[in-house]
Amino acid sequence: MNTDELHELATAAKEAQTAFDHRIIVCSGTGCQSLQSEQVYESIEGELKSRGIGHRCSVVHGGCRGLCEAGPLVSVEPDHLLYQGVKTDDAPELVDSLDAAPVERLTLDVSIPFFSRQKKIVLEHNGMIDPESIESYMATGGYSTLVRILAELTPAQVIEQLTKSGLRGRGGAGYSTGLKWNTVAKAVANHRYVVCNGDEGDPGAFMDRSVMEDVPHQLIEGMLIAAYAVGADAGYLYVRAEYPLAVKRLRRAIRQAEKHGLLGHDICGTRFSFKLDIRLGAGAFVCGEETALIASIEGRRGTPRPRPPYPAAHGIWGYPTLINNVETFANIVPVLREGGEWFSTIGTERSKGTKVFALTGSVSHTGLIEVPMGITLREIVYEIGGLPPGKRFKAVQTGGPSGGCIPAEHLDIPVDYESLAQVGSFMGSGGMIVIDESACMVDVAKFFMEFCMSESCGKCIPCRVGTAEMYHLLDKITLGEATLDDLAMLEDLADVVKHSSLCGLGQGSPNPVVSTLRYFRSEYLAHIVDKTCPAGVCTIHQEVGV
Amino acid sequence: MTRVFTLTIDDREATGREDETILQVARDHGITIPRLCQLDGLSNIGACRLCVVEVRGVPKLLPACTTFINEGMEVYTNSERLQKYRRTIIEMLFAEGNHICSVCVANGHCELQSMAIQLGVDHISLPYFYPKRTVDASHERYALDRNRCILCTRCVRVCAEIEGAHTWDLMARGSQTTVITDLHQPWGTSESCTSCGKCVQVCPTGALFEKGNAVGEMTKHNSFLKTLAEMRENDK
Repeated sequence: MNTDELHELATAAKEAQTAFDHRIIVCSGTGCQSLQSEQVYESIEGELKSRGIGHRCSVVHGGCRGLCEAGPLVSVEPDHLLYQGVKTDDAPELVDSLDAAPVERLTLDVSIPFFSRQKKIVLEHNGMIDPESIESYMATGGYSTLVRILAELTPAQVIEQLTKSGLRGRGGAGYSTGLKWNTVAKAVANHRYVVCNGDEGDPGAFMDRSVMEDVPHQLIEGMLIAAYAVGADAGYLYVRAEYPLAVKRLRRAIRQAEKHGLLGHDICGTRFSFKLDIRLGAGAFVCGEETALIASIEGRRGTPRPRPPYPAAHGIWGYPTLINNVETFANIVPVLREGGEWFSTIGTERSKGTKVFALTGSVSHTGLIEVPMGITLREIVYEIGGLPPGKRFKAVQTGGPSGGCIPAEHLDIPVDYESLAQVGSFMGSGGMIVIDESACMVDVAKFFMEFCMSESCGKCIPCRVGTAEMYHLLDKITLGEATLDDLAMLEDLADVVKHSSLCGLGQGSPNPVVSTLRYFRSEYLAHIVDKTCPAGVCTIHQEVGV
Repeated sequence: MTRVFTLTIDDREATGREDETILQVARDHGITIPRLCQLDGLSNIGACRLCVVEVRGVPKLLPACTTFINEGMEVYTNSERLQKYRRTIIEMLFAEGNHICSVCVANGHCELQSMAIQLGVDHISLPYFYPKRTVDASHERYALDRNRCILCTRCVRVCAEIEGAHTWDLMARGSQTTVITDLHQPWGTSESCTSCGKCVQVCPTGALFEKGNAVGEMTKHNSFLKTLAEMRENDK
C-alpha cells in the first residue's frame, strides 16, 4: 500500500457513497442494538427494496452518536437529519420523508447543548463510519496519516510531535504520553511490544467500548503509529470478554488491515513490520492495572507486581512494552494529522485536548460526551446533561472506584487532571455519575467499596483484608449499628490501605470513603449518632428498648 | 561489572551492590525489616507489605524486598507511621483467618506469632471475619489447614521455583483466595506432588504441617533453600 493506492481506494469508497441521493445510517452500537436497532435496519432495508429505490438510497451501519438514551438513533445524510427512538414500524414513514419534509415527531434537535457544547477529536467521525468496513474508514482519510508518517517522518519526529502536543494518558493517571513513548523507544532491546489496554471496567464507564466498537481502525492506526515510533514489531489488544461486539469488530478490522498490507511484514513497502493480536480479559477488574495485564497476556494469574521496573523497561516476557489506554491511542491519528501544536492549543495549561466521558446517573441526557479539557463540571452537569425536572443536584462522582464525589460547591472547577485531584477526586478513565438528593452518600461509598472488595486480587494484605473490613464497617453504618469508634477505625483503615497497598486498585479504593467523609460527614454522623438516613435510603435497625 | 553504592538506612551509613535490595543491605548492616512473604532463595513478590519503607524523595512507600538500592538513597525503615501500618497489617491477618495459637501445631515456632510479638500487637481491634475454611488432610504425611493460611504463597513459589513441580497454586480472588493443589483436587490424590515436603518447611505458620505433631511440636527447617541456592549458583 502506498499513497496512490490508498487514495484510489478512498476515492472509490467515497464515490460509492455519493452515488446515492440519501444515505441512512443506523447506529449499531451496543446501546442502540439493545434497543433493536438491527431490526430497524432490516425494516428500512426491506422498505427500500420493496419500493425498488435501493439504487437511490442506501442503508448502512454506523457508530455511536453519543445520546444513547434516545436510541435507536438513525441519521440521514447528506440531509444532516437525526432521528431518535426509531421503531421498526417507522420505516415506511422514514422512507416516505426522504425527498419530502423530515418526520417531525422523531426528529432530534442537534442544536441542543448536549451536541453543541461538545468538541470531537477522539470521536471525530461521530458515528458516520461503518465500523465493519475498512473502506468506509478510508473514505474519510483513514490510514493516510500512517502512510504519510511512514514515508516522511522518522520515529523520533513522531515522538517529538506527540511531546509537543502535551497529550497525557487517558487511562486516568495522566502520565505524559510523549515521555512514555520516548522511554520505550530508548530502552535497549531487540524486540518491543505495544499494548492497548481495553479492559475498561469502572462502573458506569463505556467510552473505550464505544471507540473499539465504532472506529476499530482509528485505534489500530494509532497503535501502528505508536509501534513505528517506539520500534515495536508486535502488539496486543487486551479487551475484556464482556465486550463481544468490540471483540468481533476488532477481529474483523485486524483481518481487513492485514489484507490491505497495513498489518504484517514490510508495511507500505517499508522495513516496518507489526503483528497485532487480540487477548481477552477473563473478567477481572484488576487486569486493567498494567502489570496485572501483562501477567494476564503472558498466560499467568492476573495479579499486579511492584513497580519499578515499569513495563516501559520490563514488560511482556521481559521486553520493553508500551501500554496505553484505548482513548489515548484513538487520539494519536488526529494529533499526528493536525500536528502537536494544534492539539496543544486545546484544553488547559497542563491538560491538553479533550476527554470523553460516559455521563450517567441523574441527568436528562445520558450518553457519551467529548468535551475540551478545562470545561467546568457545572457546564457538563447542567448544560450538557441537564438535571431531570424536580431533581436537586448533590454530587458528581468521577474516576470510578478510585475516584471521589464532588459536591456542588466545587462545580465550577475546570475539568483537568490537577483540579480534579485537588478536590479529592480523580480524572480516571471517564465515568461520570451525577448523584441527586435522593441518594445516600454512605450508601454510594459502600457501593464502590463493595466493588473494590470483590475485585481485589487477594495478593497484598491491606487491599485483600482492608477493603473487606471497610465494607463491613460501612455496612454497619448504613444499618445504624455503628459507633463513633467504628468511624475512627474506618478512617484509620482508609489511611493504611491507601498508603500500603501494592497497586492502584488498593491505593485508590479508600477514595470514595475519604471524599464523602470530607464533604458529607454530616450524613455519616446522622447514621451513627441520630440513627437516621437523611436521604431515606438505608434501612436503619432500631434498637429494642431504647 | 557490578557497581557498589553508598546510602543511608535510618541515618546510618551503609554500602551495597547495585543488584541488592534494601532488605538485603539493611540486614547486612544489622537492621531487620519485618517481612512475611519474603524468604531468601525464593522470588520476591512484595505482597505482604510489612517491609514497606520510606525513601526520601519518593512519595509512595516502597517494599524493601523488591526495591534495589541506589547511590545516595535515604531509607527510613521504622518510623512511627510504618510501625502503625505494620501493626494494622498483622491485625488484618489475625482478623481474616482463624488463628488460635493455643491449639496450633506451630505455636512457639510461628512467624506470624513472633512478628506480632515483635511489632507489639497485643490485641486485635479489627472485627474478626470468622471465615469457614477447609482442611485437607488427604496426603499421607502432610496436612493443610486453610484456617491458618496467610496467603504468603511461599509454598506456591518453592514448589514451582525450587522443586519444579508446581503442585500448589491459588484459586479465586480477594478474601476468597485460597491455596490449592493441582486443579483443586485433594492433595493426597495429586499426581504432580513429589511429597518432598519443601512447602511444609517454608510455610511461616501452622497452615502446612507434618502429621503426627501435637500442639507446638511443628518446627520448620528451611536451611535447604540456602544450600540449594549455593549449589545452583556454583553449577552455573
